[in-house]
Amino acid sequence: MSRLLPGDYADRTLARHLARHGNRPSCAGTRRRDELIAEVERAGLTGRGGAGFPTAVKLRALAAAWPVPMVIANGVEGEPASDKDKVLLAVAPHLVLDGAVGAAELTGAREVVMVVHHAVREIVDHAVAERRTAGTDPVPVRVMTAADTFIAGEASAVVHWVERGVAAPTGRPPRLGPRPALVQNVETLAHLALIRRHGAVWFRSAGSPGEPGSMLITMAGAVRRPGVYEIETGTPVGGLIELAGGAAAPLGALLIGGYFGTWAEAAAALPLPFSSAGLAPVGARPGAGVIAVLPRTACGLAETARITRYLARSSAGQCGPCVFGLDAIAAQLERLAGDGACDLTLVHRWLGQVRGACRHPDGTALMVASALRVFGAEADLHARGWCSEARP
Amino acid sequence: MTAPVRLAVDLIACDGRGLCAELLPELITLDDWGYPLLSGRTVPAALRGEASAAVQLCPRLALRLEAGAGAAGSRVRPGAGSTSQAR
Repeated sequence: MSRLLPGDYADRTLARHLARHGNRPSCAGTRRRDELIAEVERAGLTGRGGAGFPTAVKLRALAAAWPVPMVIANGVEGEPASDKDKVLLAVAPHLVLDGAVGAAELTGAREVVMVVHHAVREIVDHAVAERRTAGTDPVPVRVMTAADTFIAGEASAVVHWVERGVAAPTGRPPRLGPRPALVQNVETLAHLALIRRHGAVWFRSAGSPGEPGSMLITMAGAVRRPGVYEIETGTPVGGLIELAGGAAAPLGALLIGGYFGTWAEAAAALPLPFSSAGLAPVGARPGAGVIAVLPRTACGLAETARITRYLARSSAGQCGPCVFGLDAIAAQLERLAGDGACDLTLVHRWLGQVRGACRHPDGTALMVASALRVFGAEADLHARGWCSEARP
Repeated sequence: MTAPVRLAVDLIACDGRGLCAELLPELITLDDWGYPLLSGRTVPAALRGEASAAVQLCPRLALRLEAGAGAAGSRVRPGAGSTSQAR
């Protein structure tokens, strides 16, 4: 599947982009705007940043808003396991820009801000400069380097960053001063650009009918060719591992959806379609499309303790239950990963108590809860002084 | 009858002073770190006065009353007797 990613890695320039995709069709005009949003709705496009919210619903709400909104393309990608937004911006920046400018026309916005990871800042700057010279866009496009933290990609944190240079969630709907903000993941915008060109029927011709289209995924861990791939939604998880060159070691468990994702036993997950409906039997969702593969020889509890500590340190530090709760949970998991001397009753109690102004504590709690389900046998081993990582 | 309201807390502003839980133990308990856990249910008419007092006395101005009956997604403490109103 290669809708978003050119096989040859050479669509960086405007000339190559135009040769491949043609000119960007306009989305301007109030009548056409309603028709085009209805087309996005028929396509069934959902947000590719992790939450999976229907894009048309967001566009329609912002198109009706006053004062007119501004568009923020979210290319922050603070999740350490995910690379797909960086890769997309590096190889097809103009497709994302087409989508961002189109979203501005669809919502009446008069400005686009691209907030991108520092690794791709120069490429995006260059693309924006090319378009300015060519005079392709009806609205001004500004580029900002994202804050380099995990939490910086949360929607309200992105707006906070653009407005005040503070990359912390606000717990309020995204708004810049009086102006509402359409915060949309960069991959979602690239899909939007293609739906404008090819229509809903084309978009739905790939992927599963309930959650159509293609999506970018990041394969990490024990696979032979880790990296970013474009897949049809609903491809079986086992097929995704094959796509990444196959397992590099006997499979143990998979972390599906990234650091806020769900641990699942590999054997249970491999036959399942990679979609929200398909992954339901193991309680997982595609999220932002990360699959981290843990080999059978590694200890899932140690990995979970490491990730939980990272997430505890990544708290924006604003809400007490997140600051103290995640730290306490991480400390217990570190003991569990060590000598097994951990109070699991207490951990379960805390998993139900952590909360805050954003979903950071909730996402962490869901990941930890799944680890305690999947690595229950390992926890018993640890309690008796063993660890499967040390097993011959 | 007055419109249903429920409690909400701004956890960014909240400092965990715990005054609210002392004033309104029927609807507010504290978690293991001293931050309020709110009953998600509609504030019963008999407790409206206490709820308003808790909101006004919060030293961090973090507690508020919102319009609306107890909603999905809010935390309902197990064992909290339900008197949810139909809308």
